[in-house]
Amino acid sequence: MALASELPAQSDRWATFANTLRKRAFRSPSDSFTSVFIFGLMLYMAWTMIDWAILSAVWRAEDVENCANTGGACWSVIAARHRLILFGLYPFEEHWRSTLACLAIVATVVLSCLPRFWSTSRLITLWIVGFGAYVVLMDGRLIGQPVVTTDQWGGLALTLFMFSAVVLLGMPLGLLLALARRSKLPVVRGAASLLIDFIRSLPLLTTLFAAAVVIPLLLPDWLNGDKIWRVIVGFALFFACYQAEVFRGGFQAIPKGQFEAGKALGLTPFQTLSRIVMPQVFRHALPSTINMVVVTFKETAIVIIIGFFDVLASANAAFGTVEWAPYYIEVYAFVGAIYWIFIFSLSQYGEYLKARMAVAKR
Amino acid sequence: MDAAALKLRRSRRDMLVQTLLVVFVVLVIWVAISTAHTNLTELNMTSGFGFLERATGWSYSFSLIDRSIDDSYAKTLLIGFLNTLFLGLICIVLSTILGFAIGTARDARQLGLNSLATVYIQLFRNLPLILQLVFWYAVLIHMPGPRQAYTMGEVAFLSNRGLMLPGFNVSPTVVLAMIAAVALLAVVIFRQKSLQPVQKLLLWLVSGIGAMLLLAWIFAPADSSIFSIPAQQGLRFRGGIGVPIELVAMILAITLYGSAYIAEVVRGGLNEVPSGLTEAGKALGLSSRAIWFYIKMPMALRTIMPPLGNQWIFIMKATTLGVAIGFSDLFYIVSTSITQSGQTLELMGLLMLSFLLINYSLAQFVNFMNARLALKGH
Repeated sequence: MALASELPAQSDRWATFANTLRKRAFRSPSDSFTSVFIFGLMLYMAWTMIDWAILSAVWRAEDVENCANTGGACWSVIAARHRLILFGLYPFEEHWRSTLACLAIVATVVLSCLPRFWSTSRLITLWIVGFGAYVVLMDGRLIGQPVVTTDQWGGLALTLFMFSAVVLLGMPLGLLLALARRSKLPVVRGAASLLIDFIRSLPLLTTLFAAAVVIPLLLPDWLNGDKIWRVIVGFALFFACYQAEVFRGGFQAIPKGQFEAGKALGLTPFQTLSRIVMPQVFRHALPSTINMVVVTFKETAIVIIIGFFDVLASANAAFGTVEWAPYYIEVYAFVGAIYWIFIFSLSQYGEYLKARMAVAKR
Repeated sequence: MDAAALKLRRSRRDMLVQTLLVVFVVLVIWVAISTAHTNLTELNMTSGFGFLERATGWSYSFSLIDRSIDDSYAKTLLIGFLNTLFLGLICIVLSTILGFAIGTARDARQLGLNSLATVYIQLFRNLPLILQLVFWYAVLIHMPGPRQAYTMGEVAFLSNRGLMLPGFNVSPTVVLAMIAAVALLAVVIFRQKSLQPVQKLLLWLVSGIGAMLLLAWIFAPADSSIFSIPAQQGLRFRGGIGVPIELVAMILAITLYGSAYIAEVVRGGLNEVPSGLTEAGKALGLSSRAIWFYIKMPMALRTIMPPLGNQWIFIMKATTLGVAIGFSDLFYIVSTSITQSGQTLELMGLLMLSFLLINYSLAQFVNFMNARLALKGH
């Protein structure tokens, strides 16, 4: 670590920057040529994008007839249809509930990133409260609002619902599977390994399809439940099998001596696990866990194939009328931007944590 | 209580837990089988694989071999399996090549190359694959019709009917022979120890193209050219190889997404190479290309190979998204077969078995590569 006095002063920063440029972009004639060419290309592309998306764009829903002439983006489609994209078929007058519910999930995810919440009990409470708030708001029964059943939930709200339900169910299940896989009992260990390896070698779509279509054939009616819950449980199982491997990596980082030390102190195996081993496992597994959560959020998008009205399906519906059909690029750009911002910030946060932990280890 | 008694009690408890688990699993399976049996009897369905002989009676978007709607379920499923393999292998090859190029650029000191690669990776890695897929598909179906098709030198055309490419004027059997010949050349050439990597690559390219031309010259019909060039005729194209838009969209989306992931893997591998080694190369006066070929890549490959194998398996699994845009991969064929024939359990079994087989073979190949790359004597 550089001391504060060693850090370059303000005037030196420019010199450092120029030095970097000289070393990394303009070292030789061919180097300079490559730099000028690539940065020129990137500037040109950026300018084209800005011109399309902002300067020549049409913004208001009423101005849609101008769209054909300007050659820029036609954001009128978003102005007119953003409620459909965000909330799907949820009753129009109740959209405020859907908005609050989405904010509850986003707040849950953001708060879990703060070190203040990094204890098992706090994280569990946070996620149960966040998820519970979502369900109570969307359903409406407990707060004396009109009841809206799950088949009317849609758009971004449904995507966030499935995502948080999968993480909430899958995390403890993943821990259970990881523990079962390191069990001393051969039958337990074998069963867990078989399940994990089997699910991991199948595409997610196969698991979800099996949950939606095959399970009703195999289970008696009273066990079946809604399709949405079956798919969530199937997805959570998929998440758990990958997360179990992440936890396993965390377990491998714990020296064997710590288990023995726990035993020598007269702790029960449960105490050793919960007081000594697990806190370290969580710490080691944190960056990979964030990565898994990001991947899960991305993969949630495929529930459209199983027939759910998620944000991608509602986007398709948004330009599904004759009037809006030409503006599919704008709709996909809007949905893409929502996904990208969420995924990019979470994965950058994961990178930051990884770097921070590498420093702590050193 | 003495130690022996404690031990006995513990082993009894362990036995009890395991027995309970076995009983529970057997119970679940028994309930599943008996429920399936009652459900199927109610629906008047016969279980078993007899339906594989029946004709399907429906059509689908893409096949590598001749097909008709009178084909049996067995043949249709085989076509789906071949389509999945075909698409998966193309995407694996393309995204590996692209991924190595972009990963190297991401590792470069050159600021321009580095930032371009960073933008590429952050853009394509942070969007759901299925969103990219439906986007490219939407862009492709909004392409102009064949009359206004985009063209490259009048030999390749891109329109809303798909991509038309020039090809050889030979039968599919000869094409298989060409692929075999090129693969054989690769095995022979890359075993030569006396040649440098760049020379090997060049030699393989030249001799491969030569072998293909020779085979085409021998087997093409006597009265026509050895090339088949697409030509626009009314509302369609004649000649050449037609790539349907579903396949173009699949290859485009999976390759962009997969290469961004592979680029990160490659960058990670290159990053792990100790800087002392590259500095030693510089001190010896090696060019930066030689340093990359002889020092960085061989060292990095050992770290790159295991995660690269995982990416290959991911790409194979990603082909199942074809069902979203109507590309007839194995999952599409299976799910259509389920709706048409109702043989859910058998078809799901076949689907799972196929993926276990594909992933197992890929994992074996990666293990073989790892063993080849391992440092001798370590």
